[in-house]
Parts: sequence; structure tokens; C-alpha cells
Amino acid sequence: MPVLLATFQAATLVLMLAITHRPLGAFMAHIFTSDKDMALERGFYRLIGVAPRTDQTWQSYLRALLAFSVIGFLLVYGMQRLQPLLPYALGLPAVPPGLAFNTAVSFVTNTNWQNYSPEATLGYTTQMAGLAVQNFVSAAVGIAVAIAFVRGFARRTSGTIGNFWVDVTRGTLRLLLPMAVLGAIVLMIAGVIQNFHGFTDITTLTGGTQSLPGGPVASQEVIKELGTNGGGFFNANSSHPFENPTGWSNLFEIFLMLVIPFALPYTFGRMVGDKRQGYSILAVMATLYLASLVILSALEYAGSGTAPMLAGAAMEGKEQRFGIFATTLFGTTSTLTSTGAVNSMHDSYTALGGMLPMLNMMLGEVAPGGVGAGLYGMLVLAVITVFIGGLLVGRTPEYLGKKIGPSEIKLASLYILVMPALVLVGTALSFAVPAIRTDVETTSILNPGNHGLSEVIYAFTSASNNNGSAFAGLTGNTPWFNTALGLAMLLGRFVPILFVLALAGALARQDKVPATAGTLPTHRPLFVGLLVSVTLIVTALTFFPILTLGPLAEGLR
Amino acid sequence: MTTLTAPTPPETSSAPPPSRSSRGAFSPSSLLEALPGAFRKLDPRLMWRNPVMFIVEVGAALTTLLAIVEPFVGGPGTSGGTAIPGSFTWGIAIWLWLTVVFANMAESVAEGRGKAQADSLRKTRTSTIARRVTDYQETEDPAAGASDLEDMSSADLQLGDVVVIVAGELVPGDGDIIWGIASIDESAITGESAPVVRESGGDRSAVTGGTRVLSDRIVVRITSKPGETFVDRMISLVEGASRQKTPNEIALNVLLASLSIIFLVVTLTLGPIASAVNADVTLPILIALLVCLIPTTIGALLSAIGIAGMDRLVQHNVLAMSGRAVEAAGDVTTLLLDKTGTITYGNRRASEFVPLDGVTVGELVEAAALSSLADPTPEGKSIVDLARVLGVDVGESAPGDVVPFTAQTRMSGLDQPGGTTIRKGAGSAVIVWVEQFSPLHRSVRAQLDAEVEAISQGGGTPLVVAVATASGECRILGLVHLKDVVKDGLKERFAELRTMGIRTVMITGDNPLTARAIAAEAGVDDFLAEATPEQKMELIKREQAGGNLVAMTGDGTNDAPALAQADVGVAMNTGTSAAKEAGNMVDLDSDPTKLIDIVRIGKQLLITRGALTTFSIANDIAKYFAIIPAMFVGIFPGLGVLNIMGLHSPASAVLAAIIFNALVIVFLIPLALKGVAYRALSTSRILGRNLLRYGVGGVIAPFIGIKLIDLVVSMLPGF
Repeated sequence: MPVLLATFQAATLVLMLAITHRPLGAFMAHIFTSDKDMALERGFYRLIGVAPRTDQTWQSYLRALLAFSVIGFLLVYGMQRLQPLLPYALGLPAVPPGLAFNTAVSFVTNTNWQNYSPEATLGYTTQMAGLAVQNFVSAAVGIAVAIAFVRGFARRTSGTIGNFWVDVTRGTLRLLLPMAVLGAIVLMIAGVIQNFHGFTDITTLTGGTQSLPGGPVASQEVIKELGTNGGGFFNANSSHPFENPTGWSNLFEIFLMLVIPFALPYTFGRMVGDKRQGYSILAVMATLYLASLVILSALEYAGSGTAPMLAGAAMEGKEQRFGIFATTLFGTTSTLTSTGAVNSMHDSYTALGGMLPMLNMMLGEVAPGGVGAGLYGMLVLAVITVFIGGLLVGRTPEYLGKKIGPSEIKLASLYILVMPALVLVGTALSFAVPAIRTDVETTSILNPGNHGLSEVIYAFTSASNNNGSAFAGLTGNTPWFNTALGLAMLLGRFVPILFVLALAGALARQDKVPATAGTLPTHRPLFVGLLVSVTLIVTALTFFPILTLGPLAEGLR
Repeated sequence: MTTLTAPTPPETSSAPPPSRSSRGAFSPSSLLEALPGAFRKLDPRLMWRNPVMFIVEVGAALTTLLAIVEPFVGGPGTSGGTAIPGSFTWGIAIWLWLTVVFANMAESVAEGRGKAQADSLRKTRTSTIARRVTDYQETEDPAAGASDLEDMSSADLQLGDVVVIVAGELVPGDGDIIWGIASIDESAITGESAPVVRESGGDRSAVTGGTRVLSDRIVVRITSKPGETFVDRMISLVEGASRQKTPNEIALNVLLASLSIIFLVVTLTLGPIASAVNADVTLPILIALLVCLIPTTIGALLSAIGIAGMDRLVQHNVLAMSGRAVEAAGDVTTLLLDKTGTITYGNRRASEFVPLDGVTVGELVEAAALSSLADPTPEGKSIVDLARVLGVDVGESAPGDVVPFTAQTRMSGLDQPGGTTIRKGAGSAVIVWVEQFSPLHRSVRAQLDAEVEAISQGGGTPLVVAVATASGECRILGLVHLKDVVKDGLKERFAELRTMGIRTVMITGDNPLTARAIAAEAGVDDFLAEATPEQKMELIKREQAGGNLVAMTGDGTNDAPALAQADVGVAMNTGTSAAKEAGNMVDLDSDPTKLIDIVRIGKQLLITRGALTTFSIANDIAKYFAIIPAMFVGIFPGLGVLNIMGLHSPASAVLAAIIFNALVIVFLIPLALKGVAYRALSTSRILGRNLLRYGVGGVIAPFIGIKLIDLVVSMLPGF
């Protein structure tokens, strides 16, 4: 029976994604290559003084992106600090600087790590005008970078990779907003709340009183999933019944997280003029996704230990209304995209099962990854794979007609370096500096030993990958974690973007080499297999040692 | 109409020239010979150019230091909850040093193979006495018979100096013959003992310093500066002294360096992270982990692979002026092949005289033979020969002014003293010439066209012969049928190239019809007919504009611009110095089909790098399964399940991994030097095979290797 239910859920999801893959992918290719602006967009471009038909070099694209993000950061930070002055503050005080910094960074970087309980910290204005706006635009930034990178492959001998302002505007106005409106309606139908009631005091059946928060949840919820953001309206995130009431809303939220990342490979194939290339990237993402889902589900179904035996299943931290598969499906989706939304406590998964969400993020969130970020991350890995594969067939490696020479490899390698370095150094510093260590061990870690280490590893992995989910045992609202995780999010987002855009520039400058019988084919199953292996091996080699100390040592007893 | 047929031309063999020596084999004794060099290379100032091996050396030094200090601070103690035997640190230190030495040995062996040849080349460079013409007058006294000569050391010769060399003397420097003809022994450079003929004013005018003039007297203008001669460049090339890293090698180095950095971060952070769960590990074990993880195998062999690649070319008697050119050869997508000598057996021979209506055979044969008397080309000679066979003897020397063939006029001929002029050449060119006098009669034109067509379609080359009298009466006598013979086995080679993704284009001066017939017979993909040097250049540029990489061979001065433009330009050693200067490779055997071997060697070089990189990274998986459980199993016994090889003890597991890591370098030296076997298969199949061998093989091999070494190590006391 559980197998049947699981299969049904999985099949529905696959069907929904299969239906949307092509039209949405083609639509995205259209909006990012179209020459026409909508009247609203023209007005906006005039307002900010941008010439929409002027393409930018990678440097100026990057400058625009950074400027845009800095402004976004200052707005969110300012709103939190000035919260009492804003309408609909629900009487909540100003957010302290450390937390405000962490939160602002978290939302601007599409991470949505929350070191606070949202319903008890942020009013509606900050949530909607601050965080929700970032939910849209930070997602649009990710897509913009991916599109700019794809243009690097598509263009020949060009100094430019598109216009950032146009990409972000179109991504927000033409793609995310209409989809969010549709999605919000569906969520409301499914039972997600949408109101401005503030807190409602009720008397429970047993006679006690309870203060129930209300709020514009559906509108936040939809972009939380669609933009692979993950920042919940409530602290319990998608396990809260107001955010995710039923099995159907659960499946729909999972679909929302995957719909854009899985459609982007089609956009990529369309834009480079060879759809097979898009399909092979899609195949890599789907393979990794399925493998991870199957392993996590198997581990959770198997359960282990006394408690699961007594309970009949490893249900600790999981919602009864979802059951195991709807939970592992959500958890896998959330950590393989950069969403970080949770409908269960990853901390409470079986010891080995808890390693999977971590491993998913350690892959670099490329299967299918965050909106845009997943595609560019995977394409960088493809560049590395093509380099090794190209040497193996005796040709200077080329991908989509672009030679992968020293400068391209340098940028791709630097990209690959950033995330592991942030995770490892962040985790190591938490224990290497005595003062910090004391703080971490006494204040932050809930469960000492291997599991406590896992909590810290998870936090830095989540932050550096801009995921935002947590091993909930960790108390993150401390000066060390607010700062360190904030920096990890910041560097984990923008340093890779710097390298991707530079790589896009280097590729766009090149002419295209025609494919011959001697070229490494990048649309065949063999290449898909090679790219899957490279993704896995790069991750395994980097993180195997610390995983042995965390979840493996805990699970292999 | 009478046609006369000549006997078929004698077949000139084009068997590959004998390789200079059989140094292809790899002998274990060469490893020992390389040992001193390997130790010399331990100098950190040299090592740091190879970041991967530099990390190993630093690790080795650090471990040695720890091994010395340890006894004074109470022994190695415990690591990760396991007691470490006292000799462990020394074991690690020794094997780390050996890892570095093995890497240096690989490079020394590769270099050693070039050294022997460099030594023999150096002997040719010993300075000789050059006899310089002090006041050379090019027009009055081209032979420099009356000029003053001064003796000077060949080392002092300057660019542009003119020297006289007579039989028995060594050529003092690189240059072009400006007067005279001589037979020259070039065995010092090419290894070929048969003397070659060099003469002024053609495409065979270059002489190389160090070769010996066997007969006659020549005047040579020096074309290279002292210290920059061909031999000098050869020496530095075969020694690997002037080896510059190629783009792919640089890219690979970047990738290896960044992998090393990742693993450095992994190891550096592992200490504090392990301490969080009270699983502190000692420094020697962390160093061992680091060395096992960083791609030492490929890092150790990378430069040996590059040197060996150049060396393989040298064994094929090809000198690459840069490694970049060798690498480009692997990427070539368009091969320009001259028809003559490459696709066909060099010489076209006259096989038939075809007179037009109203012309006797004798008349045609005589005119054709007369105009060919002074024609030094094999075609010209074959016409005279055929005429002789047919009983028409026109004597030995040409009566009148010879009009030489040029690529522009595409005609040659003879202006006789009486005012009669004879022209023979390509149909279109001769028609233009004839029509200067009077328009061609339609029926003549029709017959001519029909005959040209008939010969061309048969793959032959029609030469049209025309004669004009002093009074301006001009008529076309007929045609000479020149026949080309396509070499055996070429069709298969071109098919092979096609599967490698390489398009072949035949370059010929023939008319399009002839070219098409030969192209079809030889199986090339495309052809350029009636090619002039300009057209050839244009073709290269057009191909390159489409993103193709072009390789070509050439020997003449007019090939020089195209050789320079091509991505891989192979100059024939018999060619002019201009051609040799312009190309980026020189084929000492002057065999144009060598181009195909060069492409193969280029590909092999890249594949070898890719294969060893894949192998090196794939090895890490097994090493992890050896080291990681060993590091922490004392504290977390559950991790014992990861010890899937069933290694004896944590200490033996770590040491076995390190020993495997060092020994695998030695085992792979022969592969690095010989190169991975390359067969012309489809790209997918090559990738599949190599992934299976070096990827999957690279995952499995160390599991077996480490287990076997562990069996031996476990017998050591304490382990």
C-alpha cells in the first residue's frame, strides 16, 4: 500500500513536470530573447534610466547585479531595524542588528535561512514589502545569471552577455509574478490561508487559550516554493498546517519548487540551438534527483533504533498527514533545489537518512538546483566534465563549440572551490577557535557528539549553498552564527556568480568551432553518465571525511 | 587519329622511412639511469613549478621532521583512538620522499631519451672553418670565383654572410644555396644515409649547418644567426629545455592545482572538525591523507607525458618547433594535402600524345619534346622520354629561350631563335595565349575541349601544346596525356581520418575535372583545383573562419605564407629556409603523408593526459576507503564497515595507501612515455573504451593494489 501511494504521488509529479517542461522552457527562452518590451517595463526602464537594448559586458552585468543586491539588502535591513515605524508591524519591536544582517543577507541571496521565528519577529510590511519582494527578485537574479551564462554559449565573438536590468525585470514581471498569482490561487483552494487578521486568541477544546497567527500566507507561500526561496511565513515552515494543509498542497508545493529548475534545461537547449543538449542536462538532473529520493525513502522506510520500532515507522519530526514518502519527496526536493523549505524536521531523520539532505546540498544543488543557480551550477560541472572527456578523446575540449582552455578551466575550478571551502572552513572555525567553540558547544548545539557536529556541518552547507533549511537542533541566533552564516551565504551566492559571469564573458568572446566526428558528443547517455559521476565524485571526495564524522559515525553503530 | 601509349611509369616506393633508432622501447634500466637526475630535481626551487608534487615534498619534509622529533616527545602516541607503531612516521616520511623521487624520475627518463640524440646533434655543431666571401657581387660574379675569401669560425658567421663550400667540407651554418648544385650528406640530422641533391633557385635550395657537402662547390647565403640555427633549436627541443607549457597542459595544471587546493582545505579543516567529536588525528596521518587525495599520479607524470610526446615526433623524424603545434595537430579538422607526392606517386608521366585533326603525330611530339627539353620537372622529362621511345630525338639542349613554368601563367615553353614560339600548359592558359594571335576556330575549340574532357575524366592531366610562328600564325597542335597514379591504401587512411573527424582537401594545380577524378579515386572529401598560392591561402583562411584548424605541408617559398597561416604547417626538410621558417614543424624525411602520423601523435598526447587524470582521480575512492575508516575507527568502531578491503590495522592501511600511491607512479611511467594506444574509432567508442579502462579501472585497481600491499605491510613488526 505505501508503495502504491508513493508511486502514485511520484507519477503525478512526473506527469505535471513533463507537461510543463516544454511550454515553460520555451516561454522562458522567448522572454529572454524577445526584442519587445511591455509598456510597464518601458516605464520602469525610463524610471531607472536604463537603455533596454544595450547589452552589457560581463563586468557591467555583474556591477548591475551587485548594485541591485546591495540596494535590496539595505532595504530589507532598514525595514527590520525600523520595524516599529512601519504599518502592520503587529506591535513587534525592531530586529537586533546581528539578526537583521543575517536575515537581510539570507533573503537577498535566495537562501532564506531563518534564525528567528517569523510570526513572532516580523510584521506584515516587512514580510511582504521586504522579504516577499526579495523572494521574487532574488529568484529573478538567479535566473538572469543562468540566462547570461547560456548566452555565453549561444553567442559568437560577442563582448556582451545581455542586459541585467532587462533580464531581472522580465524574469519578475513576465515569469514569476503571473505564475505566483496562479499558484497562490491554487494554494488557497487547497486550504492555505490568506488574510490580514494578525493574532487571533481562541479557546481550545480543553479550555486552554491559544494565540493563532493569521496573515497573507498563500501569497508568500507560492513564491517561497516557486522562487526556490524557502523562507516560511511561520517558523514551522511547510509543516505548519496554515502553510501546507494537505497531501495535495504538499504535492503542489513540491511541483512549484521543481517547475522552473526542471524547465530551464529546455530553455538552455532552445537558446543554444540544440535541444538535445538541454535534454542531456535534464537527464543528469533527473538521475541524481531520483537516486537521492530513492535512497532517502529507503532509509526512512527502513527506520532503525528503538523509537521507530515502537512507533511502527521513523515518524519522529514528520507530519502524520504526510507520512513518510510525502516527507522524503519534499525533503529531497527542498534540498536538491535551493529552497530549504521543510515539511518535516531533517534533524529527526534516521541517522543515515539525515545525511541525504546534507549530501543533496553538497552536490552543489544542481539536480535541478535553485532557479537559475541549478542550471549554471550544472553547466559549470559540465564544463569540467567536457574538459576531462575531451582529453580522453584526443581533442582540445570544447562544449557547444566553445573551447575549454586555461582561462575557462580556471574560472570553472574557482567556482567549484568556493562552496566546499566555505562549508569546511566555516565548520572548522566553529571548533578551532576556543572562544567560539565554547559558545557553539554550550549555546548552539542541542545534541553533543556526532549529531551536534552534523548540525553545524548542515548549517554551513545550507548557508553556503543558499539553501536555508536547517538541522533544527542548532540555535543559530548567536553572534557567531549570525555573522559566519551571513558571510557564508553572501560569499556562497556572489563569488560563484562572479565566476559564472566571467566565464560567460570568456565564452561569449569565442567563436564557435563546428562539431565534427572528432568532437566529444555531449548529448549521449555516455556523457550523461560521465557528468553524473563527476558531480558525485567531486562531492564525495570533498565531503566524505566530515560526513564520516557526522552522520556516518552516528548511523554506523 | 593516332595515339601512342608509353609503358607505365616505374612505381616509386613510399614505404615509411626507417626510424632513426628503436628507442620506442622502455627499459627498466633507464629508470636507474634517471635516478641521479631525479634527486637533483628535489630542489624546492625547481619543484614549486609543479604545485601537486611541491605539496608532497613539503609534506615529506614535515613528516621527516616529525619522525625525528617524535622519540623526544613520547613517540607517535595515538591517532583517532588507535595506537600508532613507532616506525610509522618514518615509514610515511620515506615513502613520501620516494613519491617525489619517482615523479622526478619519470621526468628524467623522458628527458634522458632526448639527451642521447641531443648529444649526437651537438657534435655536428662543433665549429668549423667557414670561408666567407668578403665582397659578394650577386650579378657580376654569382659563383664568387674571383672574390676574396676569408677564413673565420663558423660561430662568428652573421645573418646574410655569403660563404663558399666545396666537396668534403661541413656546411658552417643554415642557409640557402644561391649558386651551384651539390650532393649533401644530411645523415647527421635526418639519420638518412643516402645523399640528397641541393641546388640554387628552387624549392630545394636550403642547406643545414652540420651537414657535409659530398660533391661540387656551392655558394650559400647564411640565413640564421649564430646560436639560433636549426640544429640549435633541435637540440633544445629534444632536450626539453625550451619546452613551454601548452594551453591544454596549462588548463590541466589549473584543474589539478584547484583539486589540490580543495583537498588541502579538506585536510586542514579535518583536524579541528575531528576534534569536535574528540577524534583528534596526528599530523603524519593528515599529511598521508592529503598526499593520497591530491592527484599525484597525473601531477607526477604530466611533464613526462609532454616531453615524451615531442620525443615520439622526433622518432618519426618530425621536429615540432613548439609543443603548442603538437597539441594543435590533435585538434586539426581540415587536412590540406598536396596531390603530387602525397596522394599520387609524385610524378605524373606523359603516357600519350593526342594530336588534333590536321596535325601529324610527329609534329606534335617534336614540339612537345622541344618545349620540354629545358623543363626540369619530372613531367617535362617524361615527355622527352616518351618522345624518344617514339623515335623523335630532339637533342640535349634547348634551342632558344626557355620560358619557365609559373603558377601564375600555368604554361611553359620555348622561344626559338627563328621567332617560332611553343607553349604547353593547362588548356585554359594556352587558349588565352593562342587567342592573343587570332581567335580559335570553333571546330578546333570543340575538338580540344572534347579531348581535354576525355583525358581529365580519366583522371589524367591534359597538357595542351600550341605553336606560333614568327608571322603570327598560331595553332594548337594537340595534347599530351599526363597520368597520375594514386598511392595504394590511401582510401582507407582517408576513411580513417573521416572517423576521426578530419576532412581531407586535396590541393592541385590540375583543372577541376582532373582533380575531381583523382579526388574520387583517392577518396578525399574535397579538392581545390587549379590552385595558386593565393587561393590556397584563401582556402585556409576560409576554413579557419569557420572555426576549423588546418594542417598542411609545403616546401616552396611560395608556400611560406600558407604554412605560417595554417595551424599546423609542416615544412619539408628539402624545402627552402623560408618554408622551414614559416612552418611550425619540419619533417626530416620530407614525406607529406607524415601529416597523418602527426595528427595521431597529437591526439595520443591529449588522450594520455586525460587517461592518467581520470585514473588519478578515480584512485581516490579506494584510498578513501583505506584511510578514512583507519583514521577514526578507534573512536567510532562502527566505521569498521567502511573498511571493505579488510585492511589489517589502521597504521598498515594508511601506509599501504601511501605506498600504492608512490608505486603506481613507477608502474605508469611506461604508459606515460609510450602514450595511450590510439585507434581511429568513433569518438563515442574512444570515450567509452578509455572511461572503462582508466575510469572504472582506476576505481578498481587500487582496491586490489592497496590490499596486496597491506598484506605485506601487516608483516612488519608493530603494524
